[in-house]
Amino acid sequence: MYTKFSIKKWLVAIALASPLLSLAADISLLNVSYDPTRELYVEYNAAFAKHWKAKTGDNVTVKQSHGGSGKQARGVIDGLPADVVTLALSYDIDEIGAKAKLTPKDWQKRLPHNSSPYTSTIVLLVRKGNPKGIKDWNDLVKPGVSVITPNPKTSGGARWNYLAAYAYALKQNNNDDAKARAFVGKLFKNVPVLDSGARGSTTTFVERGIGDVFISWENEAFLAQKELGPDKFEIVVPSLSILAEPPVTMIDKVVDKRKTRAVAQAYLEYLYSEEGQEIAAKNYYRPTLDFVAKKYEKQFPAINLIKIDDVFGGWQKAQKIHFADGGVFDAIYQK
Amino acid sequence: MSTISVTQHSRYQAKVARSRATSEPAWIRWVLIAIALAFLTLFLFIPLAAVFTEALRKGFDTYINALVDPDALSAIQLTLIAAAIALPLNLVFGVAAAWAIAKFDFKGKSILITLIDLPFAVSPVVAGLIYVLIFGLQGWFGEWLLDHDMKVIFAIPGIVLATVFVTFPFIARELIPLMQAQGKDEEEAALVLGASGWQILWRVTLPNIKWGLLYGMILTNARAMGEFGAVSVVSGHIRGMTNTMPLLVEILYNEYQYAAAFAVASLLALLALVTLALKTFVEWQAAKNAEETELAVMQS
Amino acid sequence: MSKKTNVLPGFNLSLGYTLLYLSLIVLIPLSAAFIKTTELSLSEFWNIVTAPRVVASYKLTFGASLIGASINAVFGLLTAWVLVRYDFFGKKLIDAFVDLPFALPTAVAGIALTAVYAKNGWIGSILEPNGIHVAFTPLGVVIALTFIGLPFVVRTVQPVLEDLESETEEAAASLGANRWQTFYKVIFPALLPALMTGFALAFARAVGEYGSVIFIAGNMPMVSEITPLIIITKLEQYDYTGATAVAVVMLVISFLLLLMINGLQWWANRRNAEAI
Repeated sequence: MYTKFSIKKWLVAIALASPLLSLAADISLLNVSYDPTRELYVEYNAAFAKHWKAKTGDNVTVKQSHGGSGKQARGVIDGLPADVVTLALSYDIDEIGAKAKLTPKDWQKRLPHNSSPYTSTIVLLVRKGNPKGIKDWNDLVKPGVSVITPNPKTSGGARWNYLAAYAYALKQNNNDDAKARAFVGKLFKNVPVLDSGARGSTTTFVERGIGDVFISWENEAFLAQKELGPDKFEIVVPSLSILAEPPVTMIDKVVDKRKTRAVAQAYLEYLYSEEGQEIAAKNYYRPTLDFVAKKYEKQFPAINLIKIDDVFGGWQKAQKIHFADGGVFDAIYQK
Repeated sequence: MSTISVTQHSRYQAKVARSRATSEPAWIRWVLIAIALAFLTLFLFIPLAAVFTEALRKGFDTYINALVDPDALSAIQLTLIAAAIALPLNLVFGVAAAWAIAKFDFKGKSILITLIDLPFAVSPVVAGLIYVLIFGLQGWFGEWLLDHDMKVIFAIPGIVLATVFVTFPFIARELIPLMQAQGKDEEEAALVLGASGWQILWRVTLPNIKWGLLYGMILTNARAMGEFGAVSVVSGHIRGMTNTMPLLVEILYNEYQYAAAFAVASLLALLALVTLALKTFVEWQAAKNAEETELAVMQS
Repeated sequence: MSKKTNVLPGFNLSLGYTLLYLSLIVLIPLSAAFIKTTELSLSEFWNIVTAPRVVASYKLTFGASLIGASINAVFGLLTAWVLVRYDFFGKKLIDAFVDLPFALPTAVAGIALTAVYAKNGWIGSILEPNGIHVAFTPLGVVIALTFIGLPFVVRTVQPVLEDLESETEEAAASLGANRWQTFYKVIFPALLPALMTGFALAFARAVGEYGSVIFIAGNMPMVSEITPLIIITKLEQYDYTGATAVAVVMLVISFLLLLMINGLQWWANRRNAEAI
């Protein structure tokens, strides 16, 4: 009798508890990101998991995948089940929508600041003591200067690099397109190695000791300095650079299928919170939240930044003119 | 059987009878040996030594830590899974293909052999690409797989498929010439004695080819664990999920963790060394076996 | 086809399974590449596969593979000779190590070769001050392709050399031929089919190689970009048909190479059979 009752009691208890059990679920998200954000998202994922646990009681583990921005977007198009993507430029996310219809057309309007919770820019990293005396973009086209940058065909960062140099040349030459083309042509003639992603280039410059100057994401340059010693490298801030806006969004079809929309949404929104912004700033991304930006003001050099929409008419246009097959970049190598 | 014993016999004689007329002066011998050793040192030993030196550069603790990292453990696990599935699949195929090709005559045999060889010559990148074209979201079965909640690309099945593809010919290619050389007398004798097909395969053929089979399995396993290009295309590089060891090497290499990258690489290099040792052992056993049979034949 | 062959059981089962498995794993997936390219017109296809950057990559891929296979033909023959004909300390060990490039994952080979030949590497630090750049140049591609093709020539020549009858050499010597003449007129022709098979195998393997090359090549368009990398690059630009078009060109070439190799092997076997 006693045992019977006890089993019944247990069954009832389990029945009552089961909704509770299913509430404290283990959720996993996949964040497909570009090359230099590895350290940023390792830290952010831990912070978000804590935040989400405190808020809902659920355990979130965020899996990461990194690579060149184009390569990563290609993966998502082919079915890599990313809940969220955090890529180097909006064109790559546009392509996810265009090629695979996984995101709506207006994805960039869903979050503040063009869906870019942090920004960055392009700077020049040189070896200690700046032996080649590099001060600005025009020093990169001088004969005998060896320049390291990844391949704009595959790397998002490299496309920002290219556009920053191009914008500088436009400004120097009163917006003369032909002269700007000649300028980037000369610049790429000085490039001995074109890696497929930003990280590969950092390795080439830093570990393999190749090149006099490395055109780099600002955050990547800071990180290289921190990881490998400030006694080895110096950051040179050019007179003009580009405002790089690495955007984030969720992949609607995936989150709806996996029923992770709420947590994916929260994951992206939390990037804009104070803690998210602090983590971004600590990893050398420029925060967009005013008071966090103020706090880290000293960390980031003041640079005259142009916007891609103003100078190049947006990513779609820039991609078509400069980076598509048969575009300006291809012409550089076909002489 | 008889041809083997004749050649082996004459080889023995040759060794004894090799006179000055058929060998080179000592100095030429040593120069040739020196050149061969220099070539092998430059291309084999120095790169191999570099792997272990770089791996231990930051000390033994860093080395061990790199290997017990959860991402590393999961990569090791995935690599073992992929190899453990690919190996038996290609094993069964290899035996079936060798049986058909070596024991029977049919039209189009040489084309079939060439087709079996094809994965050896196809670039691993192309091997990855074709599976994307079929199972990718934009591919033939992409939508269907998505609707049925099945994943091939960017999941374990895709990695296994790519691995099966690149290791496809090894066992078959090892067995075909071996079984052709052995002929089918023994099998036919067994048949006359009333053995069934499976009995013949199990009791006659497999014991005869066991060393060749093992040899092919060792090669398949080594290649399966080390494949990079094909797996790279279909992996998606999700840490702790779809990274194999060679992919992890690349990732660590790109994360300023050179010592860790070389630590995982050294594990793979160690595996390569074990492979070589096993292979040498198998060759030695096979040679010993051949000698014993030969002796038995000679005595009888 | 003779009556005797029909005695053994299992022909239908084994051949059927072979064809099924071959179709599922290899043929149907490969046909996907050909079907994908039908999205292109013939002239579009031609334009893609003959674009200057792609043509430059063929030149590099096939040129470097040819040089690598040639290096292996010369030094592989020499290594096989030394391993078969001479005795020296550690010979067995050296013999076992020849297969290392088979067993070592290509990515490991790639980072190891890069570490050795880069500016601050063991060999690179000796070569670079003398103006010889290996890492991140076409020369690096040659080094990597030589490495991965190394075992082929050694392993195809070795057994033939072992089985070579010494009587013919002795006869040549007794007829007054010196050692070089004996090698050139008697031994080398006997080895030639095997040597060419090994060469072709090393070449075929090198043409498709990816893992070990990308680390050391530098990947410059028109200069040090191999064809498999072009495929990857096109893929990453969402140019699926372009990637597949180049892949189809590589596939056709691989198939032709294999037909050639099988022809060579048939020739080599016949030569051997005649010799015995």
